[in-house]
Amino acid sequence: MAFLKDYISDIYRGIRSLLKGMKLTGYYFTHRKEIITQQYPDNRGTMVLPERFRGEVVMIHDENNEHACTGCTACELACPNGTIKIITKFDTTPEGKKKKALDTFIYHLELCTMCNLCIQACPTDAIKMAQNFEHSVYDRSKLTKKLNKPGSKIREGVE
Amino acid sequence: MIEEIGTTELGELVVNLGPQHPSTHGVLHLVITLSGETIKKVEPHLGYIHRSIEKMCESLSYRQFIYVTSRMDYLSSHINNHGCALCVEKGMQIEVPPRAKVIRVLMDELTRLASHQLWWGAMAMDVGALTPFFHAFREREAINDIMEKTCGARLTMNYMCPGGVAFDLHPDFQREVKAFLAFFHGKLDEYDELVTDNVIFQGRMEGVGYLSREDAISYGCSGPTARASGVSCDIRKLSPYEVYDQVRFEEVTGTGGDCFARYKVRMGEMRQSISIIEQLIDNVPEGDFQAKTKAVLKLPKGEFYSKVETARGEFGVYIISEGATTPYRIKFRSPGFSNLSALDHMARGHKIGDLVAIMGTLDLVIPDIDR
Amino acid sequence: MLSIENIADSIDAWLNRAFSPSVATLLEGVLVGLGAITFFAVLGLVLVLMERKVSAYMQIRLGPNRVGPGGSLQTVADTLKLAMKEGLTPDGADKFLFNLAPFMVIVVAMLILAPIAFAKGSQLWDINIGILYVSAVSSLSVIGILMAGWASNNKYSLLGAMRSGAQIVSYELSAGFSVLSIVVLTGSLRISDIIASQQDGWWLFKGHIPAIISFVIFLIAVTAETNRAPFDLAEAESELTAGFHTEYSGMRFALFFLAEYVNIFIVCAIAATLYLGGWMPLHIGHWSGFNLVMDYIPSSLWFLGKTFILIFVIMWFRWTFPRLRIDQLLDLEWKYLLPLSLFNLLLMTLIAIEGWHF
Repeated sequence: MAFLKDYISDIYRGIRSLLKGMKLTGYYFTHRKEIITQQYPDNRGTMVLPERFRGEVVMIHDENNEHACTGCTACELACPNGTIKIITKFDTTPEGKKKKALDTFIYHLELCTMCNLCIQACPTDAIKMAQNFEHSVYDRSKLTKKLNKPGSKIREGVE
Repeated sequence: MIEEIGTTELGELVVNLGPQHPSTHGVLHLVITLSGETIKKVEPHLGYIHRSIEKMCESLSYRQFIYVTSRMDYLSSHINNHGCALCVEKGMQIEVPPRAKVIRVLMDELTRLASHQLWWGAMAMDVGALTPFFHAFREREAINDIMEKTCGARLTMNYMCPGGVAFDLHPDFQREVKAFLAFFHGKLDEYDELVTDNVIFQGRMEGVGYLSREDAISYGCSGPTARASGVSCDIRKLSPYEVYDQVRFEEVTGTGGDCFARYKVRMGEMRQSISIIEQLIDNVPEGDFQAKTKAVLKLPKGEFYSKVETARGEFGVYIISEGATTPYRIKFRSPGFSNLSALDHMARGHKIGDLVAIMGTLDLVIPDIDR
Repeated sequence: MLSIENIADSIDAWLNRAFSPSVATLLEGVLVGLGAITFFAVLGLVLVLMERKVSAYMQIRLGPNRVGPGGSLQTVADTLKLAMKEGLTPDGADKFLFNLAPFMVIVVAMLILAPIAFAKGSQLWDINIGILYVSAVSSLSVIGILMAGWASNNKYSLLGAMRSGAQIVSYELSAGFSVLSIVVLTGSLRISDIIASQQDGWWLFKGHIPAIISFVIFLIAVTAETNRAPFDLAEAESELTAGFHTEYSGMRFALFFLAEYVNIFIVCAIAATLYLGGWMPLHIGHWSGFNLVMDYIPSSLWFLGKTFILIFVIMWFRWTFPRLRIDQLLDLEWKYLLPLSLFNLLLMTLIAIEGWHF
C-alpha cells in the first residue's frame, strides 16, 4: 500500500512542478513588454553609450584645431602591444630654442585591445576614448589612423 | 597528434565530441570510448586555444600584463585582474586604500553573479531546456550595463591596477546596483521554479557524476566542484584578502557530490554574493581609489604567489622576478585545468547525456584551461 | 453561404455538367490531390513561423521580424534557401534507402490526412475503421526514421535512429489506449460517428475524470511520438548534433522538417476530434438558445481553432522543459503511462456500461 501511495504522490509532485514551470513561460509569452531587445541598426539615432565606453582612441582637438600632445611618448611606452607610434620633429620656439613637438601620432586600430593604459599614462590628458564601436572596413589600410588632425598644433601653455 | 580513431575492443566505439560542438563551452576535444551507450573512458585533448599567455607576459611590464588575464577566464575577468594586482602589490609592499578595497570586492561579487548566471543558462541549455538561457542573459545584461558605466567595457574590464582601481566609481553606481538587487531577488525564485524544482531536471542531475571527498582533494579540484563534495576550500574564508574578513557570509558546501549538489552550491553562492553586495554597497568609505605608485614598477628579486577565489575555483598567480621591470616567469594556476582532470573519473559508467550534464555542472571555460 | 460544403457541391455540379462522369471524377481526384499538397505546404509555412514566434516570445525576445510584415515571409525565404542547397549523399551510404527515407515519412503524413474531418461535410474518406486506420498508418513512420539512420553510414545517425525507434514504438501503446477509451464511449471507430456523438457536448467534459486523464496521457504520448521535446533525443542538438537526419541537406532535409511539423498538426487534429469535438461547436446539453448562437461560427473555424490551441500547448512543452534521457523516457512509458492508461481504460469501460457519463 505504501508503494501505491508513493507512486501517486510521485506523479502528483511531478505534474505540479511541470505546471509551475509552464506558468512562468506562459507569463513571459503573454507579457510582451518584458522584451528588452534593442533593434540595432534601426536605433542608431537614439542609442546612448556610456561616456566611459572604450571604443577607440582619439585625440582631443578644441575649436581652434589645437591639441594638447607634447610628443612625450608616455603612451607609446605604456601600450602593451605596440599600437601607438609617435613621430616627433623639432620645432623652433620664438626664443630660438629647439623643442620637441609632435609630427604624427600613428594609431593602429587593428592591434588595439582598448585596455586604456595609454589614457592613464598621458600626463596632459591629450587622448581619450571615443564611443564609436563600428570599426569594420573593407580595406585594412584604413585601420591605421593618424590621430592629430592636419594643420593642428599644440595649445599654448601645455607642458 | 591524434591517434587513429576507430573501434578498439569488440563492440566498443570511439567517438569524438569534437572541438566544434554546441555543448563543450569552447574548443575542447573529447575522445570518448563507448560500449553501446555507456561510457568506458573519456580523454580530453587540450591546446586548441593555447595562446602562450605566460610566455607573452615575460615581455610585458607589471602594469601591462594584467589586461591579458581578462582574456583567460573571461567570465570572471575582474577576479583574474584582482589576483594579478594582489601579487604585484605583495611584491612591492603597496598598501591599498580602503575605498579601493571595497570597490574591488564589490566588482568581484558582481562578476561572480554574472558568471553564475551564464553558467545556469548554459547548463540548462545543455540539458535541453532552451528558454532559461535567455532569461539568464537578461539579468547578465543588467550587470554588464552597470560595469559599462563604471569601467567602460562589458567583458574584458581591465579595471584593477596595482595600487587600487583605475578610476573612481560612476555616480550612478550605487543607485543602479540597488535597483538591480531589488530586481534580482525575485528572479532567483523564478530560476528555482523554472529549473530547480522541475522533476525532469532533477531526474537528469541526481545521482549523476559522483565525486567523493577524497577524490576531489586528490584531483586538486577547487571551487564549487570541490565544495559540493564536502571539501571546505573557499579562499575568501580560509585566507581572506581585501575586506572579506569584515563581511558576514557563509561558505556554501554540500555533501551529495553529484551534479545536483554542485548545482545547489552555485545557486547558494549567488545568494551569498547578493548578501555581500548588500552589506557593502552603502558603506563604501571615502578616500583615494588608487595608491600613489611609481610610473614604472620594479618588483624586488624573489618569488611571489597570491590566490583569489574565482567563480570556478582557486586562481593563483605566481611571479618569479629577477629585479627587472618585466617578470622572469609568470605561472597562472587555472581552476578549470584541475576540475577537468576529474571528468574521466566522474563520467565512467554513465551515458552520453550524463556526460553533457556533468560538463555543464563543472562549469568549464576552455580558454582558462588552455591559457 | 460560403461554407466548404457549398463550394464543393457547386464545383461538383459544374464538372459534371462540363465533362462525362468518369472524367469529372478523375478531375476531382486531381483537384483534391493538388489541394492536399498545397494545404501541406501552407501548413508547413505557417507552423514553422508560429514555432519561431512562440519560442521567441517565451524567451523574452522578438522572433523573425524583418522579412515581410512582422516576419511572415521568413519561412518562404527559408524554403527557397533549402531548395537551392546541394543535396549531398555521403560516401558509403546505401543510396536507395537514403533517398527513399524522406519520401516514406512524407507519404505516411499525407496518408493520415485522408480521414480527418476539417469541417462539416468535408472529409476526404470516411472509412468505417477511421481511427484505427490513423493509428495503424502512423506506425509506419518508424520505418522511415530507421531507414534514414541506417543508410547514412554515420555512428551518430544510427544511435539517434535506434533511440527514436524504441521511443516511438513504446509510446504508441499509450496513445492507442487513450484512443480506445474514447472509442468505448462512442461505440464506433468511424470518425464522423465520433464527432456526431459530441453533438451535445465534447467528450472532455462529458466523460469527466477518465476522459481528462486520457487526454493528458494522449498529449504526452503524441509529443513523444512526433519526437518533440522533452522527448527529442533523436535529434538532441546539444548531444548528437541532429541525430538521424544529420547527413541530410537541401530538399530531403526540407521534407523531414516539413513532415515533423505536419505530424504535429495531424496528432493535434486527432486529439481535437476525439476530445474536443472536431468541427462540432461547443454545445451544452440541450440549451438550444446557446447552441444556436454557437452554430453561427463556421465549423472550419472551430476545428482550426481547437487544433491550433493544442499545437500551442505542444510548443509550450518544448520551450519549457529539459530533455529526458533514454532510460528515463522508457521508464516513464512502461512504469507510469502504460499502467495508468490500462487502469483508465477499465474505469472508462465501467462508466460507459453504467452510463455514468453526462
